[in-house]
Amino acid sequence: MAAPATTSAQRAASAPARTPRPSRKRRVTVGSAALYTVAALAGLLWFVPLLWAFATSVKPEGETTVMPPSWFTPNATFEAYAQVLGRGDIIRWTMNSLITTTIVTALTLVVCVLAAYGFSRFDFRGRGWLFALVIGGILIPPQVLIVPQFVLMTQLGLVDTYWGVALPQVVAPVFVFILKRFFDAIPRDYEDAAKMDGAGPLLVLWSVILPLSRPILTAVGIFTFIGAWNNFLWPFIVINDPEMMTLPVGLGTVLGQYGIQYAQVMASAVLGALPLLVVYLLFQRHIVTGVAGAGIKG
Amino acid sequence: MTSQTSAPPPRTFAGTPPSAPRGLVDVRRRPTTWTGLWFVLPFLAFYALFLLWPSVVGLGYAFTDRSLAGGETSFVGMDNWRESLTDPDLYGSLWNTLWFTVLSVPLMVLLALGLALLTDHARRLGWFLRLSFFAPFVLPVAVMTLIWNWMYNPSLGLFNGTLERFGVAGPEWLFSEDTAMFSVVIATAWWQVGFNYLLYLAAMQSIPKDVYEAAAIDGAGVWQRIARITLPMLARTTALIAVLQLIGSLRVFEQIYLMTMGGPNFATRTVIQYIYDSGFVGLRVGLASSMAYIFMVLIIAASIAQFRLFSRKEG
Repeated sequence: MAAPATTSAQRAASAPARTPRPSRKRRVTVGSAALYTVAALAGLLWFVPLLWAFATSVKPEGETTVMPPSWFTPNATFEAYAQVLGRGDIIRWTMNSLITTTIVTALTLVVCVLAAYGFSRFDFRGRGWLFALVIGGILIPPQVLIVPQFVLMTQLGLVDTYWGVALPQVVAPVFVFILKRFFDAIPRDYEDAAKMDGAGPLLVLWSVILPLSRPILTAVGIFTFIGAWNNFLWPFIVINDPEMMTLPVGLGTVLGQYGIQYAQVMASAVLGALPLLVVYLLFQRHIVTGVAGAGIKG
Repeated sequence: MTSQTSAPPPRTFAGTPPSAPRGLVDVRRRPTTWTGLWFVLPFLAFYALFLLWPSVVGLGYAFTDRSLAGGETSFVGMDNWRESLTDPDLYGSLWNTLWFTVLSVPLMVLLALGLALLTDHARRLGWFLRLSFFAPFVLPVAVMTLIWNWMYNPSLGLFNGTLERFGVAGPEWLFSEDTAMFSVVIATAWWQVGFNYLLYLAAMQSIPKDVYEAAAIDGAGVWQRIARITLPMLARTTALIAVLQLIGSLRVFEQIYLMTMGGPNFATRTVIQYIYDSGFVGLRVGLASSMAYIFMVLIIAASIAQFRLFSRKEG
């Protein structure tokens, strides 16, 4: 990283000129070294909780509570993982999460895209106030509606079902707003050719608008997925049967079950973290650009 | 609905005030048909059934003594409202929620800004830093709380164990009324700051390079460039992040519930948990609904006030 070509004499010579500093390289050696050290340390520090969870999970159960804590054990073992997986709950919960999250994501995308397209491209009676109503919904915190929502679910017979978990989560006015804004920015000219060929509105949406909206659709899809996967409060309320619990809700009961078997508790945490960490690694680029483009928050 | 001519819609984000959709709806293009309504209908059906209906019914419940255990329900007038509004526990939980918000919003805005500045300058570590700062955001809340409860364990945890090595007696973390809220806020910041961080990072990377180059030619150092260019150009992003974080923080429930159950001695019980406790533990649907409404009004008022403040800054 040093700049051997430039001697200090040369630098001294170029210094008085001062203006278009060619001395970027000098800052690389001095300021940047400190900067990169701080950045690397901060990055590592942020990993400590996950690393510690992993370090604990591979210890034999007897070593987890030895003080002072040590990061490495000579007796590393995957025994805790075998125990947790052998019990089967966590696999069951992961499947439940996968099912409910898939329903939520698919329905949200379909329903919100249709609504955004309707608001963006058509005039119809009541559009103004309907759109205002939808946008106003962004302000309603769904958390305060848990009691009447639960009563509704009992009336519909949806308690302890996948649909009971999924359906209320489909209401995402923010996504209608974001998608509409994106559709609004697509020039009408693109659709004219398709219309000239006699395409109806659904076909126009499918063959013209959607292909142009891939980045925003990916972003909305990913954020719906993450939000639904990690939703805790609603599944926690609408599910009582341990067989039907989603991953976050099931893991919330782990501490009570495994008690002080910390290696197993941390093995469950690591297993619970894995699915979305993998999703994140696969979609990292889309997530970053999605946040940049939309400013979505679930 | 006035047709707002060809002026481009104001650049706004997710939080446009509901009262001003005019500029956003451009009415000129199509003759009135029913087609659009068919597209909007599925969403409206979900919206009506799962958001509007519970909102309306919940308001109704608030005037009854409805119980989750069933039994006869009768109209009780303002009783629930009177009970809620004079309930010191409700004010206690409101205070806890506010305290959490006051602690977490500045922390999570400034921390995000700091981490993003670091990443923006240490470009070669970009991939690693984005991974480490954002990855916790995708963790399910229960994973986060399992890990942090374990680290916070006063006698066996990583923190106090490490402090002990240096001869320092660590705090009780989640088990003391004095430190529980701070502990929850720190864990929350670690878990959720990644989203704000990405928003900042995206905004920083959209600042044109030549602005910096011009400043460098004028002899501005790194700190000057940050203070004179980066920060001013991030004002809008900061406002957005602050609004989103405020709304998010006011709605806090799950990580606190999983970390402390609202304890010790209710020192961390938030409003949402109190509503949950009243409705699902105390089974009093009516009372819980009145509290939910009081809280909803407060949250909406806070959001609107923020948006107002925010759009004034913009204009």
